[in-house]
Amino acid sequence: MILALENVSKSFGALTVTDDVTFEVPQGQALGIIGPNGAGKSTLFNLITGNLRSDQGSIHFEGRDVTRVSAMERCLTGIGRSFQIPQPFEKLTVFENLVVAATHGRNLSEAAVLDECADILLRTELIGRANTPAGQLSLLERKRLELSRAMATQPKLLLLDEIAGGLTEGECQALIATIKDIHAQGVTIIWIEHVLHALTSVVERLLVLDFGKIIGIGEPDAIMGSKEVQEIYLGIEV
Amino acid sequence: MAYTVQTRTRASGIAAIIGAGVLMALVCLPLFASRSLIQDMFLILTMLVLAQFWNLLAGYGGLVSIGQQAFVGMGAYTLFGVVILGGVDPVAAILFSGIGALIIAVPTAFFAFRLNGAYFAIGTWVIAEVVRLLVAQWKTLGGGTGTSLPREATREMWFVEGIETLFGVRSAAARDILAYWLALALAVATIGGIYWLLRTRRGLALAAVRDNIEAAKSVGVDAVRMKWVVFLTSAFGTGLTGGLIYMQKARISPDAAFSVTDWTAYVIFIVVIGGIGTIEGPIIGVLIFFLLQSLLADFGSWYLMTLGVLAITIMLVAPRGLWGLLSERTGLHLFPVRRRLVAPKTSET
Repeated sequence: MILALENVSKSFGALTVTDDVTFEVPQGQALGIIGPNGAGKSTLFNLITGNLRSDQGSIHFEGRDVTRVSAMERCLTGIGRSFQIPQPFEKLTVFENLVVAATHGRNLSEAAVLDECADILLRTELIGRANTPAGQLSLLERKRLELSRAMATQPKLLLLDEIAGGLTEGECQALIATIKDIHAQGVTIIWIEHVLHALTSVVERLLVLDFGKIIGIGEPDAIMGSKEVQEIYLGIEV
Repeated sequence: MAYTVQTRTRASGIAAIIGAGVLMALVCLPLFASRSLIQDMFLILTMLVLAQFWNLLAGYGGLVSIGQQAFVGMGAYTLFGVVILGGVDPVAAILFSGIGALIIAVPTAFFAFRLNGAYFAIGTWVIAEVVRLLVAQWKTLGGGTGTSLPREATREMWFVEGIETLFGVRSAAARDILAYWLALALAVATIGGIYWLLRTRRGLALAAVRDNIEAAKSVGVDAVRMKWVVFLTSAFGTGLTGGLIYMQKARISPDAAFSVTDWTAYVIFIVVIGGIGTIEGPIIGVLIFFLLQSLLADFGSWYLMTLGVLAITIMLVAPRGLWGLLSERTGLHLFPVRRRLVAPKTSET
């Protein structure tokens, strides 16, 4: 197991956002997370990456207890992420955004990561914007930058937060191809997404979250076919 | 595939050549300049160093301190302490000034890093006041009224005799020339050091933390360590400058050495009107500051009011300062830090 959460809970005041969550992700798997708005999906990500600390429970990454480990160190051990609302370093160029991630995320010199950063930009089709300040990018380009920057840290586990939202069908297909490519290289992926067809074309397993609780986890077909999920997530009376 | 990275621009190449010429002229200045010009240049250079360090702290590190006078004062008092009580040569004692400032910077950081934004600013000011009150209790160094450097120490200072014979001047003028050269060396080292820092991966990390601290942590940037590096570097440099300023003055009092107006307010003015977050900004700012000071020297409090009005106007009209305005219009950078990815020559893009 590359990642294991055990009885993880998180509250903001009286509101329990993550409620006793337990699940494991095997090495190399692509897991999709779905659930209505406010179900606690992004909070769950922040707990896994260390941007938030859990109130209870434990998180293990590659067998090591990382529950109290900082976000910076979790990145160094191999957890990479994209943010739901893109968070580029706006005054730095696209290329510099990647260089920060590659040099600090893996403790390498700038010279050592140059070719690789250029290569990532080629793969994510941002190479033409390499010297543009990130603050000037369009939404699609910002999403691509989120993915590129996460790739630059060379994660073993990559967390993608609604990276396909708001894209056109063509843009979405290009993104799926890139994600499949990363997955094929053996990177474990956890992907939160509302664009279901994008998600199910990549992931092998689905997890459904509602009010901070896991209400289903398993094969995508079985999950989408279950009565409970259709009622809660799709809002259909079955 | 052979992508390369370029930071140099044509303008920066020309600027480097002109800069080297200006530096040569400044080194040779005591050969032909009057003593009062040397004294003015000493003030300009020391204010420039203070401004560069405050800019490193606030402009690059996002740590807006209004307690820099703590490090100036502590540096100065450390110098007087080791000269008067330890019999150290004043020139050598300047190094102790930096260490003295570090000694209060470490506990200050533990306290002030728990605060953010405006609270951090006020926190640093409060600490500076506390240090001033404590130093004023130190009776051996003159308590609240202050003290002077002993005449033997200043007369027999390193290098002074050599400068006397070299230029054929009296001891007091030789001391001014020595102080000027030390200030010039400090300014060059400061600007060079900050420029070097910004061009390393730590410089990128500073920019990343300033833009978005959560994202920076998520890509492995040690934001807390960056804060420490910037704060301690700035304290050390400010302490050195404080020591140098009071070595030249040879007379100290707590109220002067820990003056919030002289060592923080003026410094902030210089950085803000010149352009915060750039190396060029403080250089322009310090020149404007001294121009205004000599023009308005006879107008008493009108001088301070003019400074205030000017600072507010520039903040409203050109929030990135005069240099920011200029470089936005022209794309000019004398100290470029942007890393441009250059495609291999064969491919056409």
